[in-house]
Amino acid sequence: MDDFLAFSHIGKSYPGVRALDDISFSVPRGTIHRLVGENGAGKSTLIRVLSGDTEADQGEISIDGQMQHFASTRDAFAARVVVVHQELQLVPSLTVAENLRLGRFPARAGVIDFRGMIGQVGAKLADIGIHVDPRTPVSQLSLGERQMIEVAKAVMMDARVIALDEPTSSLSSRESEVLFELIGRLRAQGKVVIYISHRLDEIFRLCDGCTVFRDGRLAAHHTTMEGLTRDKLVAEMVGREIVDIWGWRGRIAGKPRLAVEGVSGKHLAHPASFDVRAGEIHGFFGLVGSGRSELMRLVYGADKRRTGHIAIDGVTLAGRDPKRSIQAGLVLCSEDRKYDGIIQGMSVGENIVVSARRHFSPFGLIRPGREGETADKFIKTLRIRTPSRRQNIVNLSGGNQQKVILARWLAETGVKVLIVDEPTRGIDVGAKAEIYDLLYSLAERGIAIVVVSSELPEVMGISDRISVMCEGRIVAGFERADFDEHIILAAALPDRSIPEPTKRAS
Amino acid sequence: MAGLLKRILLGEQGLVVIFVLAFALVSVTVPNFLTDRNMLGLFQSVVTIGIVSCTMMLCLASRDFDLSVGSIVAFAGMVAVMASNASGSIIIGLIVALAFGTFVGFVNGVVIAKLKINALITTLATMQIVRGLALIASDGRAVGINDPNFYQLALSKAFGVPTPVWVMLILFIVFGFVLNRTVFGRNTLAIGGNPEASRLAGVDVDAMRIWIFTLQGLVCGIAGILLASRITSGQPNAATGLELSAISACVLGGVSLAGGRAAMLGVIVGVLILGIAENAMNLLNIQAFYQYLVRGIILLLAVLLDNIRSRGLR
Repeated sequence: MDDFLAFSHIGKSYPGVRALDDISFSVPRGTIHRLVGENGAGKSTLIRVLSGDTEADQGEISIDGQMQHFASTRDAFAARVVVVHQELQLVPSLTVAENLRLGRFPARAGVIDFRGMIGQVGAKLADIGIHVDPRTPVSQLSLGERQMIEVAKAVMMDARVIALDEPTSSLSSRESEVLFELIGRLRAQGKVVIYISHRLDEIFRLCDGCTVFRDGRLAAHHTTMEGLTRDKLVAEMVGREIVDIWGWRGRIAGKPRLAVEGVSGKHLAHPASFDVRAGEIHGFFGLVGSGRSELMRLVYGADKRRTGHIAIDGVTLAGRDPKRSIQAGLVLCSEDRKYDGIIQGMSVGENIVVSARRHFSPFGLIRPGREGETADKFIKTLRIRTPSRRQNIVNLSGGNQQKVILARWLAETGVKVLIVDEPTRGIDVGAKAEIYDLLYSLAERGIAIVVVSSELPEVMGISDRISVMCEGRIVAGFERADFDEHIILAAALPDRSIPEPTKRAS
Repeated sequence: MAGLLKRILLGEQGLVVIFVLAFALVSVTVPNFLTDRNMLGLFQSVVTIGIVSCTMMLCLASRDFDLSVGSIVAFAGMVAVMASNASGSIIIGLIVALAFGTFVGFVNGVVIAKLKINALITTLATMQIVRGLALIASDGRAVGINDPNFYQLALSKAFGVPTPVWVMLILFIVFGFVLNRTVFGRNTLAIGGNPEASRLAGVDVDAMRIWIFTLQGLVCGIAGILLASRITSGQPNAATGLELSAISACVLGGVSLAGGRAAMLGVIVGVLILGIAENAMNLLNIQAFYQYLVRGIILLLAVLLDNIRSRGLR
């Protein structure tokens, strides 16, 4: 077996953290190799070293027997190593062809040869099985298609090693399928694909091998997936056995707390109704674009609702904006932490008390002591991993940021209804279990909880009841006793469930 | 040694250290700089910029811009003079001028927050509208004051320090307190950090923006009155380019144009650096034209330093 891409004794330290400690492993040509581990375990740092974004303190990388020295991403490109980052790097206003040839436009005397470029890009796309018109502006593509274009970019650079960082985290399952096919073709072409994802289910069907990271060290290296089980991998990741990460605990639900009737708005044409009872966890499942998040934003008042009536404990919610929803005891943890969850540039402490401080700031005057106490209390009880409450929120891992946002609402007094949209997206297994546990204990306190998720196992694992959404409507409801993966999934799929080929250019 | 120097200059208080060094250097090298009279003159010369920078800081911290401050200052000064003349009461003149400044700020705020027009465009428009009104109202000429008591606003002193300087110092303290110790101030920074997240966290972003611009207008009214008193008339062409000076002072003081970061002490230092540069060049008899050059260079250097600092922290 050849060792096409080899890491030997890679080490990297940041102040106070040993991010990578003596990492050695190798990956043969024509394989898909998965890096797994909790957030902060070292996967991303290794990818940064591989892409030339960061220099390792110790160790070497060799490709095809040649020692490499990557002082910058430019060096890595020169060695034909390309990393596709989680945040896509495409220019939305330009077309697919322009994006793919950005910086390397084919030109004659400075004038771009558009026809040649489009033909050439089109042929290349067809070659790797992406059916997108090269003249389409990227802004018109779905997230999944954009992800493909990113991969295509790597292919056009004639990459030998392609690393994908969480490529499926925002894709629907159908979009993921198409991406997997593409990755499969890359393998057949003899490329090395390094793959990072939190979705454990993907690993078995897709990968040829995997390396498990834990606390910056290499916990396990598998050259074949045979004989591996999900539980074994999870155990290697966390260093202990987690039998059931959901850990569902039964509760007795009380009276209905949240009653939503006929709510609709700009992004949700069909009026939707549902209720949640005290102490109940009501799961909402649906594919991306099914209207789950849109519905919750309308209920919370993040978007303006056109019709509908919302009541909490029988009292009509008069306001239609987040501020008054919060005052009425209705809070939302939104889907996209980075975009509308965390407040960048502010400390962990400020992010926790941003809403609750109104309760202990007489005449709008802040009481720093009281704020500090509140922040510290939640940092401790939710086990938020941060050096102190003064740490900038952006330096925390995704799981810990999510806990900060939950803490923001726990610090509020009198929360009656908690809506959490994608509570564990991009979060590692250990932190997931902690967040589920937190949700149960909140439900036990009588809070009505809505959990929105695109991960069916998660919704089934933690909900007492599930509503399924499809194409902007609530189409089915299930009690916990009746949960069945196939039936729920079938309900979530639109009637024409065969993916249509993209035809947008006109 | 080099490492220590780097740590000090790039640290949190780097600007203050540089300011102290520059101050010491100017004190030693420029004759007549470190005299009581010159120091008071220096403070008096930065009163307008200093006062306006207080609210410009809030504006920038919340990721907004206000280009209309110079025009509001000029017109508010004229309104104060004209209303005093018409009513025969200076008090009424002052109230009308403050009300006028507040009103323009409020309009800015409503257009920006409710009609969702970009702050740059909105205030660019009001900047021209208000300047135009000032020129129309006065036919392009200075408006003289009838009651000489009006001069006393700028001439009067308490403990040997002129009233306008006191007003500036008090506003520094007030807005330092507002920024750090009130929900209003923290919400301002939160909006700048992430407006959408702040809104979902229950911050009434629209109301906050309207308040910030309204305050900005009020503070411009104060600055306009003091300026008119000092130059003993309402001048339609007063305070041109003030918006750029105030923004420069804020940026010099470490206020991020991307929002979310601001400190009153930094802004004070920024204001003083601009003041000292101008003052020292006046004392050295350097032609006024060169002052633009120097101010531009100082601004570039400060932003560069800030850039290096934030990269160092990463």
